[in-house]
Amino acid sequence: MISFDVTDEQSQIRDMLLTFAKEELTPRARQADETCAAPAELLDEAWSLGLASLAIPEAYGGGGAPRSTLTGALMLEAMGSGCAGLGGAAAASSLFVNPLIDLGSEEQKKRELPKFCGNARRAATLALHEDSFAFDPSRIVTRAEPRADGWRITGVKRLVPLGEEAGDMLVLARASDAPGIDGIKAFIVPPRAPGVAITRESGTIGLTPMRFARVELAGVSLPPDAILGEGDGADIRPLLASLRIGGAALAVGLVRAVTDFAIPYARERVAFGEPIAKKQSIAFMLADMHIECDVMRWLVWKAAAAFDRGADVSKMAVLAQNYVNRRAIRIADDGLQIFGGHGYIRDLPLEMWLRNARMLTIHGALAAA
Amino acid sequence: MVDFTLSDPDRDILSGVAEEAKASEKYARHYDAHEDEILPKAFVEAAAFPSLLERMRRRPSDDTPSVIMQMLIRIEREAHNGVPLRQAPSALGNAALGAAGTPAQQKRWGHLMLAMSITEPGAGSDTKAIQTTAVLDGDEWVLNGDKIFVTNGVRCHGTIVWATVSKAAGRGGIKSFLVLKGTPGFELVRKEKKLGIRSSDTAAYAFRDCRIPRDHLIGGDERVPQSADEGSASYKGVLKTFNITRPTVAAGGIGKALGAFRYARDRLAKEGIAVDWDKGPHDRTSTEQTLLELEADIEAATLTVLRAAWLAARGEPNNLEASVAKAKGGELCRSGPQRAMELLGAMSLSHDHPVEQFLRDGRITDIYEGTGQIQRLVIARAILGYSSAELS
Repeated sequence: MISFDVTDEQSQIRDMLLTFAKEELTPRARQADETCAAPAELLDEAWSLGLASLAIPEAYGGGGAPRSTLTGALMLEAMGSGCAGLGGAAAASSLFVNPLIDLGSEEQKKRELPKFCGNARRAATLALHEDSFAFDPSRIVTRAEPRADGWRITGVKRLVPLGEEAGDMLVLARASDAPGIDGIKAFIVPPRAPGVAITRESGTIGLTPMRFARVELAGVSLPPDAILGEGDGADIRPLLASLRIGGAALAVGLVRAVTDFAIPYARERVAFGEPIAKKQSIAFMLADMHIECDVMRWLVWKAAAAFDRGADVSKMAVLAQNYVNRRAIRIADDGLQIFGGHGYIRDLPLEMWLRNARMLTIHGALAAA
Repeated sequence: MVDFTLSDPDRDILSGVAEEAKASEKYARHYDAHEDEILPKAFVEAAAFPSLLERMRRRPSDDTPSVIMQMLIRIEREAHNGVPLRQAPSALGNAALGAAGTPAQQKRWGHLMLAMSITEPGAGSDTKAIQTTAVLDGDEWVLNGDKIFVTNGVRCHGTIVWATVSKAAGRGGIKSFLVLKGTPGFELVRKEKKLGIRSSDTAAYAFRDCRIPRDHLIGGDERVPQSADEGSASYKGVLKTFNITRPTVAAGGIGKALGAFRYARDRLAKEGIAVDWDKGPHDRTSTEQTLLELEADIEAATLTVLRAAWLAARGEPNNLEASVAKAKGGELCRSGPQRAMELLGAMSLSHDHPVEQFLRDGRITDIYEGTGQIQRLVIARAILGYSSAELS
């Protein structure tokens, strides 16, 4: 039955996070961008909201709420509207926790998930990207070799969110000669394991509070059940879909913020004797920004709803991500254009939003919805 | 709960609609090539299919809201290059009568097919600039003016006509009147020749000292507001009807794009070209990438229509969302079939295939019921809090 009705619970979570985004994330966004760091007390406060453990089953100490990527998308959109960089940092544990809930074996869940149910904040991450142009998940070259005593992983991962801070990490690696995505599996790799070397990246254009890192895996030895899922490891397509939906949801929040920021400015800024919003070139730009914010949200919802149903997982997520990637960068860019020179100055958030939007529309593993 | 799936009975309804539309495909080229012919009230094939009302009657009330189903039905029907096997008994004028007419007027004329005459040679999107006048003379209104682009204008029984009773009052002076075919002074000037939708009759009218009874004023309110900003009830009543018609029109354009997309996707699949959802952009050809983006754009536009319809079903204001849907449907009716043709290459130009007709038939979507630019004006005013006088 077709419905756009979020549940009362989803609505409460969204409202809570919208308030959190407005009161806590937005005011801290610029400083976090400049210092390339998320304040610890802010991350602690986000942790105290209990969202990291919300969908972890009660048996493992979690909130026991039904696992829902739609709820995840609502949460990420709300945080993205405050600051995608801080929101991404606050939600980083989802990169590890959600795939564990979705794809982990019972043993893995029992071992890994309780760590995220305590009062102490725990950062976690996922390593997808590699040091090559034209990268794509099916082209991963990091190799996981089966050994008599488990696995041996070798490769270099790049642009890993919160790499230095993470206490837990999933690494996507080629585990067999099966072609394309079929050969790629996720591995639970302790960041402090021998052979893992994590160093900060030289810097990124945006989302700087997510402190991206380079992760070198020099023949890291892992136990047999380090491979995510039962037996030969879970199909990672749902994981990729959850990443696509997560990144897109953050982007929807960001461009909504851009649009909501540009509307009052266009009404106030006078040029040639009238507010620029009264000129169709600007008014239509704003109309298109509004239209696309709406559309992108529904596409993310549709992909999330499909995910939660376990149907069309790859396809809907790819479609939503494709659409959001094309439109979000345009909105962020048009938002800056409406402010003219002021958009280019770092006093206002427009240039930061453009940089963050560039990250959100290209980086493939920023959040798992 | 957020959900975008249909129940099994609703799926069946849509596949029934698809079958019916498929059965009409054999007539599409004939009526495209013979624009002077008017569609029969029903084709013989129609007997094999239940009417829309019959299809919908079986639905439980706690399923997807029926207004949403109507949008999906429209999309599915227009995704086939066919003609309606039965002609609808009503037209846009009926919607206006339903929204703004008095109960007595609705009872009196509701059974007729009524077209809507708004556009004039010198006034399209800017409807308050219409020049057709209505002057009260005793117990009769006297209408003078020209109307064009009247949908169903040849086959209708009558039309609702927008005319001004006071040009000085601007929008407030515009009233709507019912004029029946055969009224002296009401002339059907011609049937328009169009790029597409040629099986749909589009008329041009002339009103020359056309006298109609005083009670043919829709809504019956003869007062003229003093301020130009103060719209009359009948004008607003007519605009209100657009909240459902805009998403419906958008659905038509989306259907044309969907039909073109499906044709391109299926024919290319036979050539071994298809989107592999596992592959990234660097491993796709530009043809595969275009197929993917076109499908994403169709999903996007469809969701805006569903959203506007969902709000309408809940009785919530949807003027903004109706325009969002129309803007997206309008955009897609152009870019969708265009890209489908580029995907297929030169043979898509031929009348052997329906794609070129999808382009021609769909193209109107970004024009009628408010151009894409008008939709953007409506949207911009809504988000900026401007009146039509402040942003035009």
